[in-house]
Formats: sequence, C-alpha cells, structure tokens
Amino acid sequence: VKVLTLIEAVTDALRTEMASDRSVIVFGEDVGLEGGVFRATAGLQKDFGEERCFDTPLSESGIVGAAVGMAVAGLRPVVEIQFSGFAFPAFNQIASHVARIRNRTRGAMCVPLVIRMPYGGGIRAPEHHSESLEALFGHIPGLKVVIPSTPHDAKGLLIAAMRDPDPVIYLEPARAYRAVRQEVPEEAYTVEIGTARVEAEGEELTLVSYGAQMMEARQARAALAAEGRSVELIDLRTIYPFDGRTVVDSVRKTGRLLAVHEGPQSFGVAAELMSTVMEQAFDRLEAPPARLAGPDAIYPMPRGERHYLLTVEHVLAEARKVLSYEP
Amino acid sequence: MVLSRQADEWAVSLNRQGRMPTYVLNMGQEANSIGALMAVRPDDWFVPAFRELGGMLVRGISLKQYYLYWYGNEWASHLPIEQYHMLPISVPVGSQVLHAVGIAWAERYRGSDRIALAFMGEGASSEGDFHEACNLAGVWKAAVVIYAQNNHWSISLPWSKQSASRTLAEKAFAYGFPGVRVDGNDIFAVYAAVRLAAERARSGQGPTLIEGLTYRLGAHTTSDDPTRYRTAEEVKQWEARDPLLRLERYLVRKNLLTDDEAAKIREQSLACARASFDEVEQAPDSLLEDAFQYLYRDMPDIMADQLERRKA
Repeated sequence: VKVLTLIEAVTDALRTEMASDRSVIVFGEDVGLEGGVFRATAGLQKDFGEERCFDTPLSESGIVGAAVGMAVAGLRPVVEIQFSGFAFPAFNQIASHVARIRNRTRGAMCVPLVIRMPYGGGIRAPEHHSESLEALFGHIPGLKVVIPSTPHDAKGLLIAAMRDPDPVIYLEPARAYRAVRQEVPEEAYTVEIGTARVEAEGEELTLVSYGAQMMEARQARAALAAEGRSVELIDLRTIYPFDGRTVVDSVRKTGRLLAVHEGPQSFGVAAELMSTVMEQAFDRLEAPPARLAGPDAIYPMPRGERHYLLTVEHVLAEARKVLSYEP
Repeated sequence: MVLSRQADEWAVSLNRQGRMPTYVLNMGQEANSIGALMAVRPDDWFVPAFRELGGMLVRGISLKQYYLYWYGNEWASHLPIEQYHMLPISVPVGSQVLHAVGIAWAERYRGSDRIALAFMGEGASSEGDFHEACNLAGVWKAAVVIYAQNNHWSISLPWSKQSASRTLAEKAFAYGFPGVRVDGNDIFAVYAAVRLAAERARSGQGPTLIEGLTYRLGAHTTSDDPTRYRTAEEVKQWEARDPLLRLERYLVRKNLLTDDEAAKIREQSLACARASFDEVEQAPDSLLEDAFQYLYRDMPDIMADQLERRKA
C-alpha cells in the first residue's frame, strides 16, 4: 500500500500493466520524453524504452487511427489525447472505427484500445482545454466510458480498461489530479467497468456524481451531515454502460435523487439517471428527481470559469430543496 | 479480372431489377487491386477502401461473401484474421490508411516481416486522415504500401478540382518517401510497382505511395449517373484502354489464350455471379440478436434489456 494522488495512480496503473504485458504500448503527444503535459506518463519511457512509450507528431486522428490498426493486429495501445477538447479531430476514427469494428466484423476483430484524456475545467486553462465530453462519448454505441474520482478507482479502472477486449474512453478529471490522495495497493487490481460505488450510505437523499465534481458532492454531504441530514453518496464511475441498478436501489431506499455533474445539462448523464429512476423507482419517489449540471454554454475562458463551475454552495442549495420537497 | 467484371455487370442488372441495393462498381479499375494483391504475400495485410473487388477475390473472399456486403449484411465482413489478414471494407473516405500504418507498426514491433497494403481513391488525398497517415508512415518508416487508385473522378469532381498538385504521387515527397505513378490499367505495371514497394517496405526502407492511373468505366455507384458530369468522348477513350481488353489481347497474341477460351471464361464468370447472388438472396437475413450482440464481447445489461423489449 502506498499513498498516491489520482494522477500518480494513473501512472502506477500504466507501469503495472506495461511490466506484465508486452502488448501494452503507450503513446501520444509529449507522453514520451516529457512524460505528458500533466506528467501522467512520467518515467515510463525511461523504464520501458522508446519503443513502448513514445511521442507522436501532433496528429489526434493519426494517433487514434494508427492505434486502431495496432489493436486489431493484437496489441493493447493506450493513447493519450492531451486535452479532451483536442479529441474532435479524432472523432471520425473514434465513432466510425474504434466503436464499430467488432460489430462490423461480427466479432472477427476487436479493438482493445484505451483512449485517455484529461477533461473538465477549473484549471485556469486556455480555450479548448476544459471540455466535459462524457455525454458525447456515452452516446456512441460500441464505446465504454469511465471516469475515476479517487486514486484507488483511477488505478483499478485503468487496469480494467487495459485488459478489456473493447475500447474504453478513460476520462481523467484534471482538476482532481493532485487534489485527492488515497492509499492504493501496490499490486495490480481491477475495478469492474459498469459498476457504481456507494461511497457513503445515507437514508434521506441519493446524491450521484462523478469525476472532479465528486469533491463538491463530498463536501455537501459532510455539511448536511453536520445539520443532521443523512445523504447517500454514489460515485457513478462508469458513464457507459452505467450502473442504473445501484442508483435505482439507492433511490428506492431514500425516495429522492439529485444528480450532479459539471458538463452541459441538456441530454447529459443526469438526464439519463433521472429517466432511469422515473422508470424503475417511480412508486418510491418522495420528490421529483433533480439535477444540477453545467449550463448549455461554451466553457468560458479563465476569467469567467466561476460562472460555469458548480460550487459546494450550489450543491447544498439544490440538495436542501430536494430534501425539503413536499407534495 | 473477368469474374470481377461480370460480377459488376450482373450486380447492375440486379439493381435495375430491384434485387440489389446500392452497389459500388469496379469496372475499368480491376487491374489495380488484382495486380497489387498478386504482388504481396497472402499473409501481408490488405486494407481495402471499397473499390477492390478483384483484390478481395485474389485474397480468397468468395463472390457470394462480397455480394452479401452490398446486399446489406454485416456477416460479409466476418473476416477471421488468421485466414485473411485483411480489414473489412471501409466507407469513411481515407480513414483506413491510418489503420494500415498502425498494423505495420504492430507487425514490426512483434518482429514479423509482414507489410500492410492500403487502398484509397484519389479523392481521399484531400482528407486529413490521408495526410496524417502519410506523415506518421514517414516518421515511423512504416512497412506500408499506399495504393491510390486515381480514376479521375470522385463521384462528380474531377482531379483538376480535387487538387492543385500535378500528380497524386508527388504528394509523397513532402512526407519523405517515394511516390510513383503507374498505368493502373496495365496489370503487369501494377504488379511490378507493388512488388518493388513491398520489398522496400519489408526490408525496412519505409513506405511508398503508388498512384495507379485508371478510370471508372461505370458509375460511382448504381445510384449515380455519370453522364451528368463527364463526356461520352472521355469514356470512349478509356474504353479503348480497358485493362481486360489489354490483357486479353496480350494473351491471345502470346498464344496463351484463344478467343473461344476467353468467351468460355466470360460465360463461366457470369454463371458464377448468378449462382453467387442466388445463394445470397436465399440466405436468411441477419437476426435481431445480431444487431445487439457484437458491439461488445459481453452485452451490457442496458442493451440486454433493450433486446428483451424488442423481442416482446
């Protein structure tokens, strides 16, 4: 056991799998010599050689498209897109090939590829560096999409993604990279993709979030606990295929749902969770399912970030509303 | 070559009868993919675009399986790697060239001397993925041969409006590897060019871009009417350079083929085309489950629920 930050856990997962599986190769822009702009791949080139961890030209579609070929041919590439906002040039490869080759070939071929990318705001970055694209990726059939919020899940989900026979979009909450520390086992372990995690049990409200937004959700739960309110906190962890059962089971117990995420509200993950709860726990609801999400707005540049991001006060206010709702 | 031609002609006729959906024609371009596939090893990777019927036949794909694709069934692309070493037909223009570069990288990483042969049309040279593929192939010295079939028309757009480059081949120079131009209607020229490029790739000298000058004698697809954008005179000129006629004349002159034999080959090929399509038409359609169970190795619960609801 060692104490790691979330980004150190990402590096640890890569290192662990590279050591045990020679088919794992890591590449992208500045990931080799430099170890990535956030240092997620720090030291890997030194330890595993330039053949297994290398820098590519500035070529997002090229990185993903070449990785498709490598994966079909039997390797397990893990590629980095420097920021999720730079993923758009690779969208054709992701949506047209990464997600479709198993189906297109009726299972004769698969694409065991992991596409890692930092996502989300709050890091005072220039334009295009703060996007939350999980709903976009989640809407592409054939992809799995995961987002860790803790170092333990970061390592376990990434190892699970690398061992998965199908492509996984692995979104890393940049704002939480160094904000969370946790004990993480030294050895390899997996966190099953498709499972949410009940982080803290409670009786009166189900609060669901994921990624960096979990930090505000935790603070809100603690503040409400101090007021004597009992909130169950769930980290969704997988965007697709999402674990509706865990959320529904929780809401059947609490009768109230609040889903919170940083990305745009319309057609977002919270909307899907609310629909699922309406379908499967309607008879137990004591308040309308609620959501708190980013606006349907373009993510502002740093001087305006605060107009977009959700604070603990936002979460608290909405949670109190749901808790106090009476028909 | 004759089978490819007869297969196209029969498919057009089937389309007019309402029995075949939109079908892509290879007519006039057969020598390109056939010559190329004959010049590489059977275990070299073949990465097609969507106008390489002849090459697919060389690789061992049956005409029935090929027809099944345009008939609209994904099972046509069930291509076990060990058996075929080829990717399925790729519709998004130019995107497949990158896959060939990655495959070549993977083969070299594993110490294999297999190369990858990718196809594209001249229109794909305007797509970003072509540029990214050539750039990566050059930087990585990838063991890849990129074969561009320049049939002069991207549906209705002529080469003069596609690119300000005089040739497609010269684009390779910017990426640091050779580009060559061959008469794509001369199967021997195609064979020689691909053979040389494949040897170059296999011996670690890197990629080659080959531009095969050819012409689409038919429509882009059965849904296209080429008389709207090109002249009868132009088509006539290229009909005189039909790769089938050229090969047939050569073989007859060399006493390797008689007119009777040629007629018999045409007859047998048409019979094969008819029989292949009859089998396709009689085969059962894909199943409801097929649409759900090949997205992931293990179907997610969400999809399993959706499947159950469809069944109900």
